[in-house]
Amino acid sequence: MLFATFLQPSFRLNRLLYTPFVYCRRSHNLAKLLYVHMLGYPAHFGQMECVRMIASPRYSEKRVGYLGAMMLLDEKQDASLLITNSIKNDLSNSNQYIQSLALCTLACMGSAEMCRDLAPEIDRLLRASNSYIKKKAALCAVHIVRKVHDLGELFTKAARSLLTEKNHGVVHGAVVLITELCERNSETLERFRKTVPDLVQIMKGLVISGYSPDHDVAGISDPFLQVRILRLLRILGRNNEAASDAMNDLLAQVATNTDSTKTVGNAVLYETVLTVLDIKSESGLRVLAVNILGRFLLNNDRNIRYIAMTSLQKIVGTDHNAVQRHRGTIVDCLKDQDASVKRRALELSLALVSASNIRSMMKELLSFLSSCPPELRSQTASGIFNAAERYAPSQRWHIDTILHVLTTAGGDVRDETVPNLIQLITNTSELHCYTVHKLYRALLSDISQQPLVQVACWCIGEYGDLLLRGECQETEPVQVHRAHDCDPVNPLTAPLSLHNSTPDSRIRSIVSIYGSCIDVELQQRAVEYNALFKKYDHMRAAVLERMPVIEKNSQGHTNGETIKESQTVKVKPGEPQQPANQVCDLLDLLGGSEQPLQPSPALGSAAPPIPVSTPNTVGGDLLDLLGGLEPTPITPVATVTVYEKDGVTVTLGCEKQSDSGLTVTLTASNSTESDIRGFTLQAAVPKSVQLHMKAPSGDSLPARGAAKVTQMVVLNNPNKVNLKMRLRISYTSQGSAVQDTVQIDSFPGLGQ
Amino acid sequence: MIKAILIFNNHGKPRLSKFYEHYNEDTEQQIIRETFHLVSKRDENVCNFLEGGMLIGGSDYKLIYRHYATLYFVFCVDSSESELGILDLIQVFVETLDKCFENVCELDLIFHVDKVHNILAEMVMGGMVLETNMNEIITQVDAQNKMEKSEVIL
Repeated sequence: MLFATFLQPSFRLNRLLYTPFVYCRRSHNLAKLLYVHMLGYPAHFGQMECVRMIASPRYSEKRVGYLGAMMLLDEKQDASLLITNSIKNDLSNSNQYIQSLALCTLACMGSAEMCRDLAPEIDRLLRASNSYIKKKAALCAVHIVRKVHDLGELFTKAARSLLTEKNHGVVHGAVVLITELCERNSETLERFRKTVPDLVQIMKGLVISGYSPDHDVAGISDPFLQVRILRLLRILGRNNEAASDAMNDLLAQVATNTDSTKTVGNAVLYETVLTVLDIKSESGLRVLAVNILGRFLLNNDRNIRYIAMTSLQKIVGTDHNAVQRHRGTIVDCLKDQDASVKRRALELSLALVSASNIRSMMKELLSFLSSCPPELRSQTASGIFNAAERYAPSQRWHIDTILHVLTTAGGDVRDETVPNLIQLITNTSELHCYTVHKLYRALLSDISQQPLVQVACWCIGEYGDLLLRGECQETEPVQVHRAHDCDPVNPLTAPLSLHNSTPDSRIRSIVSIYGSCIDVELQQRAVEYNALFKKYDHMRAAVLERMPVIEKNSQGHTNGETIKESQTVKVKPGEPQQPANQVCDLLDLLGGSEQPLQPSPALGSAAPPIPVSTPNTVGGDLLDLLGGLEPTPITPVATVTVYEKDGVTVTLGCEKQSDSGLTVTLTASNSTESDIRGFTLQAAVPKSVQLHMKAPSGDSLPARGAAKVTQMVVLNNPNKVNLKMRLRISYTSQGSAVQDTVQIDSFPGLGQ
Repeated sequence: MIKAILIFNNHGKPRLSKFYEHYNEDTEQQIIRETFHLVSKRDENVCNFLEGGMLIGGSDYKLIYRHYATLYFVFCVDSSESELGILDLIQVFVETLDKCFENVCELDLIFHVDKVHNILAEMVMGGMVLETNMNEIITQVDAQNKMEKSEVIL
């Protein structure tokens, strides 16, 4: 099929579909249209043709029509409503293949309304038809339950009886249906717990029975059904002692008897392991399960290793020690070539880090960081930081680790690592000399990583005298130039603080060079600092003192409120984050006047923005102030109850907005014992009044007044007629639909 | 639940695309392109499970794929399906196609897309696995084809 331009064939097909033609051509043309659709070209004009062909009595046309319906139609198209009747008729057709077409289409694209209409038909088919149709009806029922949760009750009985069928397909469908029903509704789950013995029986039959040619796949009898049943047993046995006990023997049997040399055997074993670990199984069984997973880890097949790690991830929280035993293998998987396996191994390794193995694990993780694929870098870096923070055996080790990460993958770390690191450094006063030396050497070798440069500049600024005692400062000014190139944040303050401790005329000349720099921020700083040298030389020493030790901020405070950079004259906001900006701008007002001592110690800081401890409280107070100023959502307005029946109450409150405009708020609540769904309000007003209903806050009213539904209605009454409103209330309660109308003649607060 | 079943060739041209959740046409094409992009980068001997696409389902879903000659068979599933089970299902699907078309090749998929859909409809319905027994599937498909042929003669 070669198409010269895509327009041509679509156009031709369009014409062909709408010309009366020999009948057998129609289905071919629709099939061609579907192929065109798959390749991505527009095919919506075929929708009506699908509808027509579905209604045709010929099987070939029905078949293609239904296929087209599944591909081209969906809930949002109006045409989908037209096929509901066809589906209904076909469901009662005598030919099972036509019935199956209808079932398939309903399961694939049935909308909620269609499902509601056709659910009784599906129930009938579940009970009385042949096994071919029963299994399809079961899966169709699953789709219906997914779309319309309430209809689950309809299928419970039929599902139960289907378990006793002989046909594996039907049992499979029944198990899927029961699984879906149990996942949706906990009461149904309780009821189906009674089926555990039946399920155990079926499983036993599958596992122990001899060779059955119908269902055999590589020596295992119907592994797909086994896996499904195991999954259902898992759901039924979770958090329930009695059910778990009933399954213990069976699970042990499956775990030991299943042949694990082929993939199918592994699939069943894997499912068994997951079930054992999820239910309340006895400890011997759990150990067996973890051992099986360990065996999987050593398997040559990468797929098996991958799923073993996935399941170990799930249990690392609960059976931590058991998983620790396999740490060596997991760490080896970090070096695997496969990106999926690496990802799993990384997550698992990070979860396995503990105080006892931190040093060796960190070595592995750091070597992984240098060779890992780029998409995993930031995850690794943040994982390493978290682990280091929690389990660092010494401060020096901690700083070393962070520096190592910054030099290897500096570009991928998160923003808050820089302030955290600086805080850490200031807190370990005995290591200042060591740290600053190390940073300087790191800068000398590689100046391209921004976070590293930020930290280094800050440290050199603060502890430059320590550095100078050890090494020569010849190349230091050069560093400033290069640092400026890669770091948009100002590194000028560093040499400034340096100057304080070791006066050097070169530094002053550098600062004045930057007075005519293109970058506006640098220029501004340079000019200000120059002024500091010239006019305020007497203050310079005090201003450029060393920073005091920063108090450690708790996690909750990193909300951007207090990340500031500082200047000589005023406090300026740092990173442009939206909420931080607003709060910091307001901090300007308070910070300048209330706390005059704040700016001076803060000025010692250089490039990176730092969370300063005391403005925290200022920020906190300010946020409280902002919180208090928020307009209260519920304006105290006169309300009147307009409808009260069967436990459903609707109140109305109104507020005059302008001379002819009015906002009405309708609030509904439910004081009965059962939940109400599908609650909608419709309003009608006299002709000259304009009505605009806003979207309601929801459509379900939980029982006993747990929550309310509100809806705003905006009315405009330019002719000032006597305002009346008719309100129609409709909802579904306990499965039955209720509709009621009420007339409102007087509106409170209007004075009419 | 299986969210989508895709078959495309080594150049990314779709040969079968079946979605069990509704997406509009542009999104469907984007999904096909993105999936091809992810799957074609894989080596021959790595594992058959992929994560990392963004368009279908978000973080809960995986791609389970198998590469046969010039075709990639990709099933996009969420966490409720057993990964190894789906791998086996792909195998059963390919074997069934082979039986129905007699040494199936890419051309068969191009010229008989509707037949492939019919076979798939006997195996997966509404995103759930329906039947996994190859003989049963083939019996049903043959019976339906016979019905269709008998009508044409009339």
